[in-house]
Amino acid sequence: MAMTMTQKILAKHANLEHVVAGQLIEADLDLVLGNDITTPVAIKEFNKLGLDEVFDKDKVTIVPDHFTPAKDIQAATQCKCVREFAMDKQIVNYFEVGEMGIEHALLPEKGLVVPGDVIIGADSHTCTYGALGAFSTGIGSTDMAAGMATGKAWFKIPEAIKFILTNKPTEYVSGKDIILHIIGLIGVDGALYKSMEFVGDGIAHLSMDSRFTMANMAIEAGAKNGIFPVDELTIEYLNGRAKREYTVYEADSDAIYSQEITIDLSKVRPTVSFPHIPDNTRTIDEVGEVKIDQVIIGSCTNGRLEDLRISADILRGKKVAKGVRTIVFPGTQQIYLDAIKEGIVTDLIEAGCVMSTPTCGPCLGGHMGILAAGERAVTTTNRNFVGRMGHVDSEVYLASPAVAAASAVTGYISNPEVVNQK
Amino acid sequence: MVFKYGDNIDTDVIIPARYLATSEPGELAKFCMIDIDDTFVGKVQDGDIMVAGKNFGCGSSREHAPIAIKASGIKCVIAKSFARIFYRNAINIGLPILECVEAADGIEEGNEVEINLTTGEIRNITKNETYNAQPFPEFMQKIMQADGLMGYVKSKGGN
Repeated sequence: MAMTMTQKILAKHANLEHVVAGQLIEADLDLVLGNDITTPVAIKEFNKLGLDEVFDKDKVTIVPDHFTPAKDIQAATQCKCVREFAMDKQIVNYFEVGEMGIEHALLPEKGLVVPGDVIIGADSHTCTYGALGAFSTGIGSTDMAAGMATGKAWFKIPEAIKFILTNKPTEYVSGKDIILHIIGLIGVDGALYKSMEFVGDGIAHLSMDSRFTMANMAIEAGAKNGIFPVDELTIEYLNGRAKREYTVYEADSDAIYSQEITIDLSKVRPTVSFPHIPDNTRTIDEVGEVKIDQVIIGSCTNGRLEDLRISADILRGKKVAKGVRTIVFPGTQQIYLDAIKEGIVTDLIEAGCVMSTPTCGPCLGGHMGILAAGERAVTTTNRNFVGRMGHVDSEVYLASPAVAAASAVTGYISNPEVVNQK
Repeated sequence: MVFKYGDNIDTDVIIPARYLATSEPGELAKFCMIDIDDTFVGKVQDGDIMVAGKNFGCGSSREHAPIAIKASGIKCVIAKSFARIFYRNAINIGLPILECVEAADGIEEGNEVEINLTTGEIRNITKNETYNAQPFPEFMQKIMQADGLMGYVKSKGGN
């Protein structure tokens, strides 16, 4: 019986020849992930079992990235709890401040996630690794605890929506615009319980960083996972990086999808998601006059080198508008270093941006850029819920790095095609 | 008592990130729903239920959200649909949830409601109506009977 790419990966990890949508399975895990917010709860649950060790100390990874460097005493206490657990259980891939990055930028960079994997992470944006052709999905702390103990997790086999991407996007359109466009099209529960499988000749025009961004926000459409086929670009990314052997899976040509949607990438416009829900999207041409107080460039969605490069290309030789705070968060220390070497950081600082250490920080209203009542931010992050970045009366507009950088220059949500006219 | 909310109630309003520097259930319950209903904490009592529209619990994976709801005294959440991570988390921590469009539409604030989790039958005593939610598959019922996933794993003998 024909299977989708996701179904094939799950079947293999459950030691089954075939699976069908709706079937409950128990799958072997290649990696279990947690951060400084979710791991303390998982540790409490794990300790209920009275086990001395995790199932495999190479297959558990802990990245304290949310409220780090510790923003206050409570955060420091949570980080300490996580650190002590990692030391006690000899977790190989525990990343302390200094080597730490935003988890979903860090793990691919370190080669810890590879095609064909089944990965669970106690963080909803764990779906990011679908960009590499892995099945990866967000779960809660108790699932993380059970995963650390047993190396297994239960799943309901998902149906899938097939997104056929065609043609090449225009100059200032990147993965962020495409995924916001898709979320606007199908809604925040448009892919609820399902896989989003991306296929088509348009994928060849998408950089790895764009693919990470798109898989990352599959959760914002309610999806269980988002997944891309493995192509030459994926292999090139993995070469010299992948820490393990991997298996490349492909969907059967006659696999059954619950829906097929074709997206002509050449027609996608720079897209902005208005408050207070990610599917409230408008094209840049429909935005109107929206004055802003803050710009955030970074996060697990858009904190990679290409994102910083695009921002610097727009901000180089220009100045951030008076009164607008523009805060840039490189996703990892390596990305930060590469951006320094390329001159990106110089361009950004000379334009009036402030650079931060890698952290999830303001994305979830944690620290390093919280909004007051009545303030508006354009941000390359992933959620714009009520109170997400601070006060319940603040507003968050989601956009690409190009739109965010262009908006930083003008102080209004702006079209990079206009701001960067040559 | 019934607390009724709309569609797409996200985990950021169930428990905002500014209160996530603790994982103590009682502490989390003090701020449950605060960004969408600041009267909830003052009114909620043990045995109350929550009723909502579609995609309840969307957003982050924070288990603090169902933990806060459970610790506030809510005995069951009924919604038209649940975001998938919240759905897993609720089962895993032993917070009963039911998906039922008719119940989510029919039940109003102030109604008295009786719920049978094994059969999925929801009786609205005030309006004399009965709604039928799909009961959980046997596997998930076992997890809930073990008071959550860790109890279930333990009953199976760890790893």
